[in-house]
Amino acid sequence: MDLKLGHYDKDGIEVVDVEGEIDVYTAPRLRELLIDLVNKKNYQLVVNMEKVEFLDSTGLGVLVGGLKRVRAHDGSLDLVCTQERILKIFRITGLTKVFGIHNSVDEAIAERKADK
Amino acid sequence: MATVEVAFTPLPAHVRTARLIATAVARRSGVDESVLDEVRLAVGEACSRAVEAHRVYCPQQPIRVALTGDGERFEVVVTDAAPAVEPVPAGAAGTASDTVIDGLAVIAGLADDVRIGAAGPGTSIAMSWKQRIPPA
Repeated sequence: MDLKLGHYDKDGIEVVDVEGEIDVYTAPRLRELLIDLVNKKNYQLVVNMEKVEFLDSTGLGVLVGGLKRVRAHDGSLDLVCTQERILKIFRITGLTKVFGIHNSVDEAIAERKADK
Repeated sequence: MATVEVAFTPLPAHVRTARLIATAVARRSGVDESVLDEVRLAVGEACSRAVEAHRVYCPQQPIRVALTGDGERFEVVVTDAAPAVEPVPAGAAGTASDTVIDGLAVIAGLADDVRIGAAGPGTSIAMSWKQRIPPA
């Protein structure tokens, strides 16, 4: 399956919906979207990965790149993911310590608001 | 002789095809369903790495993937033709502003056994998994 991307504002936080496969072929599109959002001054991001079917190291690199971009503006990039097959690659690479990984978009937003 | 051999032009779009073939052959060879995701991800990482290297050094050369199930182990060998100089990590091309995650480290975390060696001018990455059920 190809990659489908969408985004919307919820309580002042930009939620990015990702569906499909994030790999060396499709990751550039996610990178462009994250860069575009940051350029439009969206520094609080939640990436919803509940419909992601595949994620490789290229996709991880894009997410880490996005995190670095928003942090440069004192922002945040949290993830929503409950799929074991996707969480496994975060564990292998040690990135579970880098990202806030949540069970739902509502939970991610609530925790981000609570941190403010 | 490998069970299945594939050669593909070094384009990112073909990495998905290689993943799909590897998963299908692994399933057919008797690799446990719970391990198929690991095979798919590891083969994708090795092919992505090879594609990035070929795009820099030898875009006209194909990348070769050999898949073999011998009844005990399922092995995938991804061979590139790029000169074995500085390794080009997956995702490096055109992504200067992104963090590069080491695809080899991911492969090492997924496969039961990984061997990396020289193969002519390039590099081969051999990954294997136990076959847990008799092949169909």
